[in-house]
Amino acid sequence: MSRRAHPRAPWFLAVPGLVALAFLVLPLIALLLQAPWPDFLGIVSSPAAMAALRLSLITSITATALVAILGIPLAWLLARQVLPATGLLRALVLVPLLLPPVVGGVALLAALGRRGLIGQVLYQWFGIQFPFTTLGVVLAEAFVAMPFLVITMEGGFRSLDRRYEEVAATLGARSWTTLRRITLPMVAPSLVAGLVLCWARALGEFGATITFAGNFPGVTQTMPLAVYAGLETDRSVAIALSILLLAVSVTVLISLRGRYLAGRSA
Amino acid sequence: MLSGVRRKRLVAIASSAWIVLALGATPAHAVQAAAEGPTGTLTVSAAASLSDVFPRIAEAFTRRYPGTTITFNFGGSSTLVNQVIGGAPVDVLATASEPTMWKAVNAGVANRPWLFARNTMAIAMPPDNPARITTLADLTRPGVLVGICAVEVPCGAAARDLLAKNRLAITPVTRELDVRTLLAKVVSGDLDAGIVYVTDVRAVGRQVASVSIPHADNVTTTYPIATVGRTSNPRLATEFVHYVRFSTSAQGLLRAYGFARPW
Repeated sequence: MSRRAHPRAPWFLAVPGLVALAFLVLPLIALLLQAPWPDFLGIVSSPAAMAALRLSLITSITATALVAILGIPLAWLLARQVLPATGLLRALVLVPLLLPPVVGGVALLAALGRRGLIGQVLYQWFGIQFPFTTLGVVLAEAFVAMPFLVITMEGGFRSLDRRYEEVAATLGARSWTTLRRITLPMVAPSLVAGLVLCWARALGEFGATITFAGNFPGVTQTMPLAVYAGLETDRSVAIALSILLLAVSVTVLISLRGRYLAGRSA
Repeated sequence: MLSGVRRKRLVAIASSAWIVLALGATPAHAVQAAAEGPTGTLTVSAAASLSDVFPRIAEAFTRRYPGTTITFNFGGSSTLVNQVIGGAPVDVLATASEPTMWKAVNAGVANRPWLFARNTMAIAMPPDNPARITTLADLTRPGVLVGICAVEVPCGAAARDLLAKNRLAITPVTRELDVRTLLAKVVSGDLDAGIVYVTDVRAVGRQVASVSIPHADNVTTTYPIATVGRTSNPRLATEFVHYVRFSTSAQGLLRAYGFARPW
């Protein structure tokens, strides 16, 4: 593959394409230019910022794990069309992706709030309450992030050549062994891509979190909420926290780049 | 001289407001007002606690001045101030506390502010009052889920002052960024109690139960309103500010929604 495959792009693709690129990159450059660099370390290493970062990392990783445990089986069910009306179910899975996250938060309150459909049973029988807890943050993040994993993994499962699984079965492998040794390794690129997308979405979650879980430092105030609260008082704090969040995301993407890009181009 | 002109205009506004109230806006009156009065579109950024009463005031204002349109941007006062400082195309700013307004004035984006209303605090609970709150001190009981506003927004600053004044220490479970989202979580039953404005309790009616706080223990917040320096329609903006401050219909609506006079 030559490095300059298309030395002359037609102008009607080059111009809008470059405008799109500038549109995506310029705001981030502006953010870096406005950063309060002399105070940057002091702001991001403050106990409040560290608490928000720690909470963000814990909740986004937990949410991604929860999504993996529940979402990978769902992706498999959809890909193999073992459920009735798979097309409809696939559309339903996409809804949280298209929904404004705030609406997701309201829906979560309606379902899992203390007076919610399921939430009231959990509260009355077991005293479990999700709003205003860190677990509530995890649920909000998992709700908005799960479709990313399910859709990516479903594509992976569907494009898999099923003859490998059938051969494994004829050689006496049980279904669990086939899944673990044949299917999952073959969809690994989709799995990694799906998990990264899911985690990034969970890390950036704002609307559903503040609506469902509230805003309290150290308990439910994740980085995006801290950035928003920072805007109320000190813009430079908000910008510094934004850059920290940006740095965390970029670091993770770069460290996973090899496998992630391989998954995309495969 | 200026004050004389202003007084004349006030008398005109007041008297025509009375006519509107007494007779309803007749077409002839409307045409006359359109010929004399300001026209155009106004964007008003107003504190979340004004989100019920201000649309009613705007309705009355646009009846008084046909040919005008008012659109609103409601939110936490400090958010609104930051938006205006950041260059949001706003003509009039109304906040729920003086410190938030002074921030806009000191940044050079708002003109001289005027006080137009006053509010006090109350405790809102879900209608069945699950934590059996009857006094402010009940909020300190362990296990009671209390929400307050973030201290950056006026309702949070007022809640902090209220607790300090009564020497109470509570551990809230959330610090919401405007009073209406806090109220929504009380209405939904996810909070046992929230410290909100008395006007919020009145606005949602039977969706909440409430405990009023004795006057001597309570704190107040005053609402300033100002035109924004770079408004594209200073005449209409000034007219709206005057209308909110002095017209019988605007002040009557404010009383009806539970706001007190600022002076």
